[in-house]
Amino acid sequence: MNPALLSIKDLKVYFELRQGLPLPWREPDVVKAIDGVTFDILEGEVLALVGESGCGKTTIGKTLLRLIEPKAGIIQYRDQDLAHLKGVSLRAMRQKMQLIFQDPYESLDSRQSVFDILAEPLVIHQRVTQKKDLQACVFEALESTGLHPAAEIAQRYPHHLSGGQRQRVAIAAAMILEPEFIVADEPVSMLDVSVRAGILQLMLALRHQKNLTYLFITHDLSLAWVIADRIMVLYLGKVIEIGPSDRLIHAGTHPYTQALVSVIPSPIPDRSREQIILKGETPSPVHVPEGCRFHPRCWKFQRLGSPKECLTQEPDLRQVAEGHLAACHFLD
Amino acid sequence: MSTLLDIQDLAINFKTRSGDVHAVDGVSFQLEAGKVLGIAGESGCGKTTTALSIPRLLPSNARLVRGHILFDGVDLMQFSEGEIEKIRWKQISMVFQGAMNALNPVKTIGAQIIEPIVWHEPAIARGDANQRVLELLERVGIPAARARSYPHEFSGGMRQRVMIAMALACRPKLIISDEPVTALDVMIQAQILNLLKDLQKQMNLAMIFISHDLSVIAESCDEIAIMYAGKLVERGSIRKVFSQPAHPYTQALIRSFPNIYGKQELIHGIPGYPPNLIHPPTGCRFHERCDRCIDICAQSEPVLREVGEGQIAACHRIGETLP
Amino acid sequence: MNATAVPASRPPNLWVQVWEIPLGRAGIILLGIVLVLSLVGPVVFPFNPKDITSTAADILQPPSSMHWLGTDELGRDVFRETLVGARLSLLVGLLATAISITLGSIIGLLAGYYRGAVGITLMRVTDFFLVLPLLPLIIILAAIFGQSFSITIMVIGLTSWPSTARIVRSQVISLRERQFIERIRSLGATDLRVIAVHILPNVLPLIYANTVLVIAGSILSEATLAFLGLGDPVRVSWGTMLHFGFVAGAAGRGAWWYLLPPGLGIVLVVLGFTLAGHTLDQLLNPRLREF
Repeated sequence: MNPALLSIKDLKVYFELRQGLPLPWREPDVVKAIDGVTFDILEGEVLALVGESGCGKTTIGKTLLRLIEPKAGIIQYRDQDLAHLKGVSLRAMRQKMQLIFQDPYESLDSRQSVFDILAEPLVIHQRVTQKKDLQACVFEALESTGLHPAAEIAQRYPHHLSGGQRQRVAIAAAMILEPEFIVADEPVSMLDVSVRAGILQLMLALRHQKNLTYLFITHDLSLAWVIADRIMVLYLGKVIEIGPSDRLIHAGTHPYTQALVSVIPSPIPDRSREQIILKGETPSPVHVPEGCRFHPRCWKFQRLGSPKECLTQEPDLRQVAEGHLAACHFLD
Repeated sequence: MSTLLDIQDLAINFKTRSGDVHAVDGVSFQLEAGKVLGIAGESGCGKTTTALSIPRLLPSNARLVRGHILFDGVDLMQFSEGEIEKIRWKQISMVFQGAMNALNPVKTIGAQIIEPIVWHEPAIARGDANQRVLELLERVGIPAARARSYPHEFSGGMRQRVMIAMALACRPKLIISDEPVTALDVMIQAQILNLLKDLQKQMNLAMIFISHDLSVIAESCDEIAIMYAGKLVERGSIRKVFSQPAHPYTQALIRSFPNIYGKQELIHGIPGYPPNLIHPPTGCRFHERCDRCIDICAQSEPVLREVGEGQIAACHRIGETLP
Repeated sequence: MNATAVPASRPPNLWVQVWEIPLGRAGIILLGIVLVLSLVGPVVFPFNPKDITSTAADILQPPSSMHWLGTDELGRDVFRETLVGARLSLLVGLLATAISITLGSIIGLLAGYYRGAVGITLMRVTDFFLVLPLLPLIIILAAIFGQSFSITIMVIGLTSWPSTARIVRSQVISLRERQFIERIRSLGATDLRVIAVHILPNVLPLIYANTVLVIAGSILSEATLAFLGLGDPVRVSWGTMLHFGFVAGAAGRGAWWYLLPPGLGIVLVVLGFTLAGHTLDQLLNPRLREF
């Protein structure tokens, strides 16, 4: 197994909800968006982060890039603790980590030409000083993301491009500083199905060429299954299962993972399979249930006749098999 | 089985600053009472335009170029705006994607569900109408006590249930669902799909189910129609089309979705981008992106022909693919 | 999913768009006339403030072929005086606006971008200035610092920025949550770069529209101050004309030709700037654009 590029230990991100006057006796409501997660991202892997909306997957991605401030915990990147970097050293670190957003219509400044969008990272970090070199770098980045002819595309503005082309520009802009680690937040969910594959293929090809590590955030478990080496499932700000992607999909052990997998729609109709439909919706992270946070919706908890552990004790991640961990008192 | 809806040679243009967009061009299909037809395709393929033309809900820059929409044997095209209004909600109702935009934020959901009932059945007693609202809410899985809640007090999934209750309010024969589960989480999506399936069976509704997601259509429809660039390219039963897709576009689209019960491999895409419909390509509209394109594909437009039992497709090369 | 395609061409020049709206066009025409008259007028019809007579026959005379708009209480030509007065009124309006907009934009940008203590403090200061009753404040400041042209400009500039700051701030707050700003931040750009290269250009249209409105307000403020006798007594502006006319009892003596031209001048200029400004605002303010 590869060594870890990032080691996250007991990371917590809380948001305070302001309501009325900040009176000393009034406790502000706290959203525990990330409530103590510990995991590694291995060098060169694609780790998929999956879960329903509000589970904290985007928050984790942005916290690792220090776009959101963590409340507690360690983000070890090789031998540096990212959680406590500041100022110049943080800005220098940012060159190694990049973010690809979901919505290519929103993530590009509509007032900038494609050339300016791609040149900006190089200018910010003063990588290139000669105008001629700048152009060479930008054109090369465009070509490498399949945007031809580069000279013509570079002059265009985002609104002249299709969704797929914009996402390629966003990827080119993320790659131009030659980063090591990429957080991709639902990079294809806004795109038409026929162009999704092209973007994913591009991302995977760049991974091999440039030895990249990806944190791939998605709500789509079947997509995670085909693109990722490992999958991590999040529920209400906690990791509830992590393991090799094929194992997690076909031999998942946590009742939540099993339920999520059972409802993935399949393009092969008439498959007789048992769906586990969870009742209700994910509770608000302001009022996290006692004990195992999943127990109010857990089908196994009901089947087992409401065991006491689930009500009182928060389960820790336990090893199920080599590299496969799950947090449940009653694993299969 | 009787034909409830018969769409014949429908063609719709949109007037824009850069020219007329040929959004739907010569689409025909039938739907039997009590059946569910899925319309699939990428954005801009004309699936929503086709469906919204039935209750005449298209934006003002849309022009009907030709075609007939026979509903229960009557041509809706001959109807005045007032006559169409009587049919909307009463006979044909809609469930849209963004439930928050379709609900009035300052009215309780009970008041909003009762509206179409009172409007279409002016003779109904207030008590009976209220009773029906409560039944509808129970039916879509919302406690009757919540009739007095406002839309913002509901989650996305619950609002979609409210929308479904509204669509059922006047006991229509046909429901048009436009991407009803697209913005929802997988678990909520499964809940809503199952609810729709149950209601459709219980009430023997006919349904048109529009989605870009083939897997969702495979799970919830009897038949599927695939559209590409304003044209119907293939139609047939779910089982037939998914097991033996005839059109190269259908084949490519199916390969664009990962299938956790199949091989763990990266999805395939389709090279290029959908064409500009102001100047659609000559011949087959898919030929520029098709890996099986031959000379004739760029010159003449293929017609829909039978490729199997109840399955039709429009491709010049179909004869060759059949065993 | 079914989003319609974005139009490929950029919208036409802003002033062309303003011109196409009738009210905006009226504003531009008004401003054009006043500007030409104030620039060219005094060259063609020079005015000498020292050209004073003491003969009663020349004082406060009604319009005649000699003096098209009559004479003032010192026997000077009101027509020529009005043309020169326009210059000062416009100049004070523009210079005070420059101070006001610069201050308002900077404070608005910073208050919107930094949400912590910096932003809160700046906003408290802004609110403080916003709720201050302006006229008494201006009167006190003018009384303390004396009556001069530059003091008038400073006083107006330093009291009229809060509305600009508020408008700019609210726009910056929504911009800084946008993904493209977050992307630029994640690239490692400094705050200065994010603000100057990405946020400022996006709020600039709003600042333009606001500038035009602030000019109208500043001209009105100058006229008010001068009318109250707090203007620069040795320079002629529309406000000082009204002041001296009023003091000389022009109203009581029926000398309408002395008060009407500067009064009408102020009304037309303010109307012109307001019309143009509101049209710009309609075109550029994202909150007014649709719904």
